[in-house]
Amino acid sequence: MSDDEREPPYLYPDYVGTRLRAPARPLVQLPEGFHDFPAPLFPREIAELDHDLTRRHAGEPIGERIIVTGRVVDSHGRPLRQTIVEIWQANAAGRYLDQDDQHPAPLDPNFSGAGRCLTDGEGRYRFITIKPGAYPWKNHRNAWRPAHIHFSLLGGEFRSRLVTQMYFPGDPLMPRDPILQSIPDQAGRERLVSRFDPDTTIPEWALAYRWDIVLRGRAATPFEAER
Amino acid sequence: MSGPLTPSQTVGPFFGVGLPFEKGEQLVTPGSAGAIRLEGQVLDGNGEPVPDALLEIWQPGTGFGRARTDSEGAFSFTTAKPGAAPAPDGRLQAPHLNVTVFARGLLRHLVTRMYFPDEAEANATDPVLNLVEPARRGTLIAKNCGGVLHFDVRLQGEQETVFFAI
Repeated sequence: MSDDEREPPYLYPDYVGTRLRAPARPLVQLPEGFHDFPAPLFPREIAELDHDLTRRHAGEPIGERIIVTGRVVDSHGRPLRQTIVEIWQANAAGRYLDQDDQHPAPLDPNFSGAGRCLTDGEGRYRFITIKPGAYPWKNHRNAWRPAHIHFSLLGGEFRSRLVTQMYFPGDPLMPRDPILQSIPDQAGRERLVSRFDPDTTIPEWALAYRWDIVLRGRAATPFEAER
Repeated sequence: MSGPLTPSQTVGPFFGVGLPFEKGEQLVTPGSAGAIRLEGQVLDGNGEPVPDALLEIWQPGTGFGRARTDSEGAFSFTTAKPGAAPAPDGRLQAPHLNVTVFARGLLRHLVTRMYFPDEAEANATDPVLNLVEPARRGTLIAKNCGGVLHFDVRLQGEQETVFFAI
Protein backbone atom coordinates (compact mmCIF):
# COMPACT_ATOMS: atom_id res chain seq x y z
CA MET A 1 0.00 0.00 0.00
CA SER A 2 1.29 3.45 -0.84
CA ASP A 3 1.15 6.32 1.64
CA ASP A 4 -1.74 7.78 -0.33
CA GLU A 5 -3.75 4.57 -0.25
CA ARG A 6 -3.53 4.55 3.53
CA GLU A 7 -5.10 7.99 3.84
CA PRO A 8 -8.86 8.52 3.94
CA PRO A 9 -10.36 9.41 0.54
CA TYR A 10 -11.72 12.91 0.02
CA LEU A 11 -15.15 11.52 -0.87
CA TYR A 12 -16.53 9.17 1.79
CA PRO A 13 -20.32 9.38 1.44
CA ASP A 14 -21.03 7.87 4.89
CA TYR A 15 -19.49 11.07 6.25
CA VAL A 16 -22.12 13.36 4.78
CA GLY A 17 -19.94 16.47 5.05
CA THR A 18 -17.60 15.12 2.33
CA ARG A 19 -20.30 14.94 -0.35
CA LEU A 20 -20.27 18.58 -1.42
CA ARG A 21 -16.74 19.36 -0.29
CA ALA A 22 -14.61 16.59 -1.82
CA PRO A 23 -12.97 17.71 -5.06
CA ALA A 24 -14.41 15.73 -7.98
CA ARG A 25 -11.39 16.24 -10.26
CA PRO A 26 -8.18 14.29 -9.75
CA LEU A 27 -5.43 16.12 -7.87
CA VAL A 28 -2.60 17.37 -10.09
CA GLN A 29 0.71 15.67 -9.39
CA LEU A 30 3.72 18.00 -9.16
CA PRO A 31 7.22 16.90 -10.19
CA GLU A 32 9.35 15.55 -7.37
CA GLY A 33 10.67 18.17 -4.99
CA PHE A 34 8.18 20.93 -5.79
CA HIS A 35 6.51 20.47 -2.41
CA ASP A 36 9.76 20.06 -0.50
CA PHE A 37 10.36 23.26 1.39
CA PRO A 38 10.72 24.03 5.09
CA ALA A 39 8.02 25.55 7.25
CA PRO A 40 8.35 29.28 7.79
CA LEU A 41 8.77 30.49 11.34
CA PHE A 42 5.54 29.82 13.22
CA PRO A 43 4.46 33.21 14.57
CA ARG A 44 2.25 31.98 17.41
CA GLU A 45 3.55 32.32 20.92
CA ILE A 46 3.88 29.11 22.96
CA ALA A 47 3.91 29.81 26.68
CA GLU A 48 5.22 27.46 29.34
CA LEU A 49 1.81 26.40 30.65
CA ASP A 50 0.11 26.08 27.26
CA HIS A 51 0.51 22.30 27.46
CA ASP A 52 -1.65 22.14 30.62
CA LEU A 53 -5.34 22.52 29.77
CA THR A 54 -6.33 22.09 33.41
CA ARG A 55 -4.61 25.27 34.61
CA ARG A 56 -5.99 27.97 32.34
CA HIS A 57 -8.72 29.23 34.67
CA ALA A 58 -9.32 30.03 38.31
CA GLY A 59 -10.46 26.50 39.15
CA GLU A 60 -9.85 23.01 37.84
CA PRO A 61 -12.07 21.58 35.12
CA ILE A 62 -14.52 18.79 35.89
CA GLY A 63 -13.52 15.42 34.45
CA GLU A 64 -11.01 12.63 34.51
CA ARG A 65 -7.54 14.23 34.56
CA ILE A 66 -5.21 12.60 32.04
CA ILE A 67 -1.69 12.95 30.68
CA VAL A 68 -1.29 12.53 26.92
CA THR A 69 2.25 11.95 25.68
CA GLY A 70 4.05 10.53 22.69
CA ARG A 71 6.83 10.99 20.18
CA VAL A 72 6.71 12.70 16.82
CA VAL A 73 9.01 11.12 14.24
CA ASP A 74 9.36 11.08 10.47
CA SER A 75 8.87 7.96 8.37
CA HIS A 76 12.56 7.09 8.81
CA GLY A 77 12.05 7.09 12.58
CA ARG A 78 13.99 10.29 13.13
CA PRO A 79 12.62 12.45 15.97
CA LEU A 80 11.08 15.75 14.96
CA ARG A 81 12.41 18.26 17.47
CA GLN A 82 10.94 21.66 18.30
CA THR A 83 7.84 20.82 16.31
CA ILE A 84 4.59 22.64 17.04
CA VAL A 85 1.78 20.47 18.41
CA GLU A 86 -1.61 22.15 18.81
CA ILE A 87 -4.63 20.35 20.30
CA TRP A 88 -8.29 21.10 20.93
CA GLN A 89 -11.12 19.05 22.34
CA ALA A 90 -14.58 18.90 23.92
CA ASN A 91 -14.96 19.06 27.69
CA ALA A 92 -15.80 16.05 29.87
CA ALA A 93 -19.49 16.46 29.02
CA GLY A 94 -18.84 16.38 25.26
CA ARG A 95 -19.27 20.11 24.64
CA TYR A 96 -16.89 22.43 22.79
CA LEU A 97 -16.38 26.04 23.73
CA ASP A 98 -17.78 27.11 20.34
CA GLN A 99 -20.93 29.09 19.67
CA ASP A 100 -21.85 26.68 16.88
CA ASP A 101 -21.82 23.68 19.21
CA GLN A 102 -25.51 23.15 20.01
CA HIS A 103 -25.17 19.95 22.05
CA PRO A 104 -27.30 20.49 25.19
CA ALA A 105 -24.50 19.54 27.58
CA PRO A 106 -22.96 21.94 30.09
CA LEU A 107 -20.00 24.19 29.38
CA ASP A 108 -17.29 24.15 32.03
CA PRO A 109 -16.16 27.62 33.13
CA ASN A 110 -12.76 26.12 33.98
CA PHE A 111 -12.12 24.47 30.63
CA SER A 112 -11.47 26.04 27.22
CA GLY A 113 -10.15 22.88 25.57
CA ALA A 114 -7.12 24.19 23.65
CA GLY A 115 -3.41 23.64 24.23
CA ARG A 116 -0.09 23.66 22.45
CA CYS A 117 3.54 22.76 22.98
CA LEU A 118 6.84 22.15 21.25
CA THR A 119 8.40 18.70 21.04
CA ASP A 120 11.63 18.23 22.98
CA GLY A 121 15.03 17.01 21.82
CA GLU A 122 13.70 13.47 21.35
CA GLY A 123 10.52 14.52 19.58
CA ARG A 124 8.37 14.05 22.68
CA TYR A 125 5.28 16.06 23.52
CA ARG A 126 3.23 16.07 26.72
CA PHE A 127 -0.19 17.50 27.56
CA ILE A 128 -2.22 17.51 30.74
CA THR A 129 -5.95 17.66 30.15
CA ILE A 130 -9.22 15.96 31.02
CA LYS A 131 -10.71 13.07 29.09
CA PRO A 132 -13.15 14.48 26.52
CA GLY A 133 -16.72 13.19 26.38
CA ALA A 134 -18.47 11.65 23.39
CA TYR A 135 -21.02 13.89 21.70
CA PRO A 136 -23.85 13.59 19.20
CA TRP A 137 -23.63 15.00 15.68
CA LYS A 138 -26.23 15.06 12.99
CA ASN A 139 -24.44 12.96 10.36
CA HIS A 140 -27.02 10.15 10.57
CA ARG A 141 -29.66 8.98 13.03
CA ASN A 142 -28.24 8.66 16.56
CA ALA A 143 -24.69 9.49 15.41
CA TRP A 144 -22.13 9.98 18.20
CA ARG A 145 -18.47 10.85 17.86
CA PRO A 146 -16.16 8.64 19.92
CA ALA A 147 -14.12 10.59 22.48
CA HIS A 148 -11.18 12.21 20.67
CA ILE A 149 -8.59 14.96 20.85
CA HIS A 150 -7.82 16.96 17.70
CA PHE A 151 -4.10 17.30 16.87
CA SER A 152 -2.43 19.71 14.47
CA LEU A 153 1.29 19.32 13.65
CA LEU A 154 3.54 21.45 11.50
CA GLY A 155 6.47 19.05 11.37
CA GLY A 156 8.96 21.45 9.81
CA GLU A 157 8.22 20.69 6.17
CA PHE A 158 5.35 21.57 3.87
CA ARG A 159 4.71 17.90 3.19
CA SER A 160 4.75 16.94 6.86
CA ARG A 161 1.71 19.08 7.77
CA LEU A 162 -0.90 16.93 9.53
CA VAL A 163 -4.25 17.52 11.17
CA THR A 164 -5.76 14.41 12.73
CA GLN A 165 -7.57 13.03 15.77
CA MET A 166 -6.46 10.80 18.63
CA TYR A 167 -8.92 8.25 20.04
CA PHE A 168 -9.04 6.25 23.27
CA PRO A 169 -8.64 2.46 23.53
CA GLY A 170 -11.77 0.36 23.84
CA ASP A 171 -14.25 3.07 22.86
CA PRO A 172 -17.35 1.22 21.56
CA LEU A 173 -18.27 4.15 19.31
CA MET A 174 -15.18 3.76 17.10
CA PRO A 175 -16.54 1.02 14.78
CA ARG A 176 -19.65 3.16 14.18
CA ASP A 177 -17.82 6.41 13.44
CA PRO A 178 -17.61 7.23 9.71
CA ILE A 179 -14.79 9.73 10.26
CA LEU A 180 -12.49 7.08 11.78
CA GLN A 181 -13.83 4.35 9.46
CA SER A 182 -12.94 6.48 6.41
CA ILE A 183 -9.37 5.24 6.87
CA PRO A 184 -9.21 2.26 4.51
CA ASP A 185 -7.31 -0.31 6.57
CA GLN A 186 -7.63 -1.55 10.13
CA ALA A 187 -3.94 -0.98 10.85
CA GLY A 188 -4.34 2.66 9.82
CA ARG A 189 -7.35 3.13 12.07
CA GLU A 190 -5.45 1.57 14.96
CA ARG A 191 -2.66 4.10 14.45
CA LEU A 192 -5.07 6.78 15.65
CA VAL A 193 -5.90 4.96 18.90
CA SER A 194 -3.79 5.83 21.92
CA ARG A 195 -2.86 3.18 24.44
CA PHE A 196 -3.17 3.26 28.18
CA ASP A 197 0.32 3.93 29.52
CA PRO A 198 0.68 2.78 33.16
CA ASP A 199 4.35 3.86 33.27
CA THR A 200 3.44 7.50 32.67
CA THR A 201 0.44 7.45 34.98
CA ILE A 202 1.05 9.52 38.12
CA PRO A 203 -0.20 7.67 41.22
CA GLU A 204 -2.97 9.42 43.13
CA TRP A 205 -3.20 12.07 40.42
CA ALA A 206 -3.74 11.18 36.75
CA LEU A 207 -4.00 8.33 34.24
CA ALA A 208 -1.88 8.51 31.11
CA TYR A 209 -2.29 7.68 27.43
CA ARG A 210 0.49 7.34 24.91
CA TRP A 211 0.17 8.17 21.24
CA ASP A 212 3.07 8.32 18.78
CA ILE A 213 2.82 10.21 15.51
CA VAL A 214 4.66 9.58 12.22
CA LEU A 215 4.83 12.51 9.81
CA ARG A 216 5.77 12.53 6.16
CA GLY A 217 9.30 13.80 5.60
CA ARG A 218 10.98 15.07 2.48
CA ALA A 219 10.73 12.73 -0.48
CA ALA A 220 13.63 10.30 0.01
CA THR A 221 16.73 11.33 -1.85
CA PRO A 222 19.24 8.69 -3.01
CA PHE A 223 21.57 10.01 -0.30
CA GLU A 224 19.02 9.34 2.42
CA ALA A 225 18.11 5.94 1.00
CA GLU A 226 21.73 4.82 1.36
CA ARG A 227 22.03 5.73 5.00
CA MET B 1 9.58 3.61 15.67
CA SER B 2 8.98 4.43 12.03
CA GLY B 3 7.04 3.17 9.07
CA PRO B 4 3.52 3.99 8.00
CA LEU B 5 2.37 7.56 8.41
CA THR B 6 -0.25 8.61 10.91
CA PRO B 7 -3.42 9.07 8.84
CA SER B 8 -5.22 12.37 8.49
CA GLN B 9 -8.64 13.23 9.94
CA THR B 10 -10.88 16.22 9.39
CA VAL B 11 -10.28 19.44 11.30
CA GLY B 12 -14.02 19.28 12.11
CA PRO B 13 -16.30 22.27 12.72
CA PHE B 14 -14.97 23.29 16.15
CA PHE B 15 -11.31 24.13 15.49
CA GLY B 16 -12.02 27.77 16.36
CA VAL B 17 -10.94 27.29 19.97
CA GLY B 18 -7.61 25.73 18.99
CA LEU B 19 -6.16 26.89 15.70
CA PRO B 20 -6.87 30.52 14.76
CA PHE B 21 -4.71 33.03 16.60
CA GLU B 22 -4.56 36.78 16.82
CA LYS B 23 -3.15 38.44 13.70
CA GLY B 24 -2.62 35.00 12.17
CA GLU B 25 -3.87 36.41 8.86
CA GLN B 26 -1.13 39.05 8.82
CA LEU B 27 2.09 37.75 7.29
CA VAL B 28 3.19 41.39 7.13
CA THR B 29 1.82 44.45 8.93
CA PRO B 30 -1.13 46.00 7.05
CA GLY B 31 -0.15 49.32 5.54
CA SER B 32 3.57 48.54 5.56
CA ALA B 33 5.58 49.00 2.37
CA GLY B 34 4.66 46.35 -0.17
CA ALA B 35 1.77 44.92 1.87
CA ILE B 36 -0.96 43.39 -0.28
CA ARG B 37 -4.44 42.39 0.79
CA LEU B 38 -5.90 39.12 -0.37
CA GLU B 39 -9.60 38.29 0.00
CA GLY B 40 -11.66 35.31 -1.03
CA GLN B 41 -14.42 32.90 -0.28
CA VAL B 42 -14.47 29.13 0.15
CA LEU B 43 -17.44 27.53 -1.64
CA ASP B 44 -18.83 24.00 -1.78
CA GLY B 45 -20.16 21.98 -4.72
CA ASN B 46 -23.48 23.84 -4.62
CA GLY B 47 -21.74 27.21 -4.59
CA GLU B 48 -22.69 27.67 -0.94
CA PRO B 49 -20.21 29.36 1.42
CA VAL B 50 -18.11 27.11 3.67
CA PRO B 51 -18.14 28.83 7.07
CA ASP B 52 -15.94 26.26 8.80
CA ALA B 53 -12.75 26.25 6.74
CA LEU B 54 -9.22 27.21 7.77
CA LEU B 55 -6.59 28.39 5.31
CA GLU B 56 -2.85 28.58 5.71
CA ILE B 57 -0.26 30.34 3.59
CA TRP B 58 3.31 29.03 3.77
CA GLN B 59 5.51 31.62 2.13
CA PRO B 60 9.25 30.92 2.22
CA GLY B 61 11.09 34.09 3.16
CA THR B 62 7.98 35.94 4.33
CA GLY B 63 6.21 33.83 6.88
CA PHE B 64 3.25 31.75 7.93
CA GLY B 65 -0.37 32.87 7.79
CA ARG B 66 -3.53 31.29 9.11
CA ALA B 67 -7.14 32.49 8.79
CA ARG B 68 -10.55 30.92 9.21
CA THR B 69 -13.62 31.63 7.11
CA ASP B 70 -16.55 33.58 8.54
CA SER B 71 -20.27 32.84 8.25
CA GLU B 72 -20.12 33.96 4.58
CA GLY B 73 -17.20 31.63 3.84
CA ALA B 74 -14.96 34.69 3.50
CA PHE B 75 -11.31 34.96 4.52
CA SER B 76 -8.53 37.52 4.12
CA PHE B 77 -4.76 37.76 4.43
CA THR B 78 -2.23 40.56 4.34
CA THR B 79 1.11 39.54 2.88
CA ALA B 80 3.92 40.59 0.58
CA LYS B 81 4.21 39.52 -3.02
CA PRO B 82 6.99 36.96 -3.40
CA GLY B 83 9.48 37.07 -6.22
CA ALA B 84 9.94 34.50 -8.96
CA ALA B 85 11.80 31.51 -7.52
CA PRO B 86 13.65 28.61 -9.07
CA ALA B 87 11.96 25.21 -8.93
CA PRO B 88 13.96 22.19 -7.70
CA ASP B 89 14.67 21.32 -11.34
CA GLY B 90 16.09 24.80 -12.02
CA ARG B 91 13.17 26.17 -14.02
CA LEU B 92 11.85 29.55 -12.90
CA GLN B 93 8.44 29.57 -11.17
CA ALA B 94 6.15 32.58 -11.40
CA PRO B 95 5.45 34.35 -8.11
CA HIS B 96 2.83 32.40 -6.17
CA LEU B 97 1.51 31.62 -2.69
CA ASN B 98 1.17 28.08 -1.32
CA VAL B 99 -2.35 27.79 0.06
CA THR B 100 -3.53 24.93 2.29
CA VAL B 101 -7.22 24.35 2.99
CA PHE B 102 -8.74 22.51 5.97
CA ALA B 103 -12.49 22.19 6.62
CA ARG B 104 -15.20 20.12 8.17
CA GLY B 105 -15.90 17.51 5.49
CA LEU B 106 -12.28 17.42 4.29
CA LEU B 107 -10.78 14.20 5.63
CA ARG B 108 -7.38 15.40 4.35
CA HIS B 109 -6.27 18.93 3.73
CA LEU B 110 -6.02 20.33 0.23
CA VAL B 111 -3.11 22.19 -1.33
CA THR B 112 -3.37 24.78 -4.05
CA ARG B 113 -1.44 27.81 -5.34
CA MET B 114 -2.42 31.40 -5.88
CA TYR B 115 -0.72 33.17 -8.80
CA PHE B 116 -0.74 36.89 -9.50
CA PRO B 117 -2.82 38.56 -12.22
CA ASP B 118 -0.09 41.06 -13.18
CA GLU B 119 2.41 38.34 -14.10
CA ALA B 120 0.98 37.15 -17.42
CA GLU B 121 4.42 36.55 -18.91
CA ALA B 122 5.83 34.59 -15.95
CA ASN B 123 2.56 32.70 -15.53
CA ALA B 124 2.68 31.63 -19.19
CA THR B 125 5.96 29.77 -18.65
CA ASP B 126 5.39 28.60 -15.07
CA PRO B 127 6.15 24.86 -14.86
CA VAL B 128 3.24 24.13 -12.53
CA LEU B 129 0.58 26.15 -14.37
CA ASN B 130 1.69 24.35 -17.51
CA LEU B 131 0.86 20.99 -15.91
CA VAL B 132 -2.75 22.12 -15.62
CA GLU B 133 -5.18 21.92 -18.54
CA PRO B 134 -5.53 25.46 -19.95
CA ALA B 135 -9.26 25.72 -19.21
CA ARG B 136 -8.60 25.26 -15.48
CA ARG B 137 -5.54 27.49 -15.05
CA GLY B 138 -7.70 30.51 -14.32
CA THR B 139 -8.82 28.96 -11.03
CA LEU B 140 -5.25 29.46 -9.75
CA ILE B 141 -4.85 33.12 -10.74
CA ALA B 142 -6.18 35.83 -8.41
CA LYS B 143 -8.18 38.75 -9.79
CA ASN B 144 -7.31 42.37 -9.07
CA CYS B 145 -10.38 44.10 -7.65
CA GLY B 146 -9.45 47.72 -7.03
CA GLY B 147 -6.04 46.94 -5.56
CA VAL B 148 -7.24 43.95 -3.51
CA LEU B 149 -6.44 40.48 -4.79
CA HIS B 150 -9.45 38.21 -4.95
CA PHE B 151 -9.01 34.43 -4.84
CA ASP B 152 -11.92 32.04 -4.32
CA VAL B 153 -11.48 28.39 -3.42
CA ARG B 154 -14.16 26.18 -5.00
CA LEU B 155 -13.93 22.75 -3.44
CA GLN B 156 -16.12 21.06 -6.04
CA GLY B 157 -18.21 21.78 -9.13
CA GLU B 158 -18.05 23.56 -12.47
CA GLN B 159 -15.23 25.97 -11.58
CA GLU B 160 -13.51 23.62 -9.13
CA THR B 161 -10.14 24.99 -8.02
CA VAL B 162 -7.13 22.97 -9.11
CA PHE B 163 -5.64 21.11 -6.14
CA PHE B 164 -2.26 19.41 -6.05
CA ALA B 165 -1.27 16.05 -4.65
CA ILE B 166 0.84 16.48 -1.54
